[in-house]
Amino acid sequence: MKWEGVLLAFATTVVAGAPAGAQSPLLDYQVNGDSIERPLIGQPGDAARGEVLIADRRRSLCLLCHAGPFPDPHAQGTLAPNLGGVGARLSEGQLRLRVVDMRRVVPSSIMPSYYRIDGLERVAEPWQGKPVLTAEEIEDVVAFLVTLKE
Amino acid sequence: MRLWLRCCLVVYCLQLAAVVMATAEEMPPFKKRSGLEFVSPETRRLQEDDTSNPGMLWVLEGERLWREAVGPTGPACAGCHGEAAASMRGVAARYPLFDPASGRPFDLQGRINLCRSEHQGAPPLAFESQELLALTAFVAHQSRDLPVTAPNDERLSPFIENGRRLYRQHLGQVDLACADCHDERWGERLSGSLIPQAHPTGYPLYRLEWQTMGSLQRRIRNCMIGVRAEPFDFGAPELVELELFLMQRAAGMPIETPAVRP
Ligand code: HEC
Ligand code: HEC
Repeated sequence: MKWEGVLLAFATTVVAGAPAGAQSPLLDYQVNGDSIERPLIGQPGDAARGEVLIADRRRSLCLLCHAGPFPDPHAQGTLAPNLGGVGARLSEGQLRLRVVDMRRVVPSSIMPSYYRIDGLERVAEPWQGKPVLTAEEIEDVVAFLVTLKE
Repeated sequence: MRLWLRCCLVVYCLQLAAVVMATAEEMPPFKKRSGLEFVSPETRRLQEDDTSNPGMLWVLEGERLWREAVGPTGPACAGCHGEAAASMRGVAARYPLFDPASGRPFDLQGRINLCRSEHQGAPPLAFESQELLALTAFVAHQSRDLPVTAPNDERLSPFIENGRRLYRQHLGQVDLACADCHDERWGERLSGSLIPQAHPTGYPLYRLEWQTMGSLQRRIRNCMIGVRAEPFDFGAPELVELELFLMQRAAGMPIETPAVRP
């Protein structure tokens, strides 16, 4: 399925979810240098769930841009660094900041900020007021990235 | 050299310079390559052989509609325009044009629907309807292989400008601009798809993913949906402005209608 088709299919299934409240539904986090040391949800994520999430292009979008040690190599992107070995290159805290808000590290990056809801234009209805991934999902992804040592 | 000849030459050179200046600004900073250069050899063969190009079915249907009287009183397109091979040659290569009545640019589909309301006393054809795609494909096909020649019309400038702004605007939850992919990352792979340069020269075209013909507006809406943006409605001014900008950017490239894409 084509990249936009993948996303279109998803759009029709995700209508439910937390309504955009008056207050930001996002949790606060603290950035130190180029990392976020503490897990967003106060406890570590689940690496196995993170692996499933990353491999699911419709949910996490990671493989639209990145390649890595995952099934279906021909359906992986060439727009971003290979995720193989990223857990050896970067610390857990550095990985967390990169998923949460890559543009703090590389201001001109095309990688979307996964935990942000403001400053966006014309977000389609099913996703309004929602970050690309929830705090729990981000912790799962980070827990898995840490294991990618080579 | 005789004086008049010299004058002619000077005028000609000035005109040439004006054309170059008008378009130079829109030139993307890379060699322009049709979307055809990014498809598989099988898909390319489909496009290049009229007997296997599925888009030719719409062109044939468009030719039938061209000759058919519209409604009880309306003349056929051919009633006013005669043979399309002569009267429609080069037309698609110049669109969108400025419409003084509405003060806005309109695309080829818009022109066809304008002819229906003004000259044929008929209701507009719906976006993505077989009839509108067929007529548009038939008219555009008359310009096949002719270079895109954006008209030098000052009145279009603000609309081209808005098209350019939209092209560079980050959109949707994924927060990407058309230019991020189509200017800066063409030739790369987004998931399994090769990113083309987004030239509008093959439309309407047959897309294997759709299993049917589709307009440029449908294509652009797909890209917007891809970045989780609310797509502009069919017929929205923004879509015409994006087309206008893309046509300026594609100046000199040959029209390919009906193209075939994955
Ligand atoms: C739209 C493209 C895009 C998407 C989607 C995307 N990334 Fe990225 N990512 C990039 C780019 C590009 C870089 C390199 C930084 C830069 O130069 O912008 C990057 C860098 C990274 C890095 C740092 C890599 C290193 O070696 O320094 C990590 C970790 C990362 N991405 C993880 C992810 C994860 C996990 C996801 C999905 C949850 C994801 N990315 C989704 C484009 C993307
Ligand atoms: C995330 C990357 C991305 C973004 C952002 C994007 N596109 Fe695309 N676009 C693609 C890909 C990939 C294709 C090819 C899809 C295929 O052939 O299956 C494509 C195809 C096209 C085509 C078809 C070209 C042809 O040869 O037929 C046009 C036109 C186009 N895009 C215009 C736009 C416009 C206008 C925007 C902004 C509103 C935009 N795109 C935003 C990735 C993108």
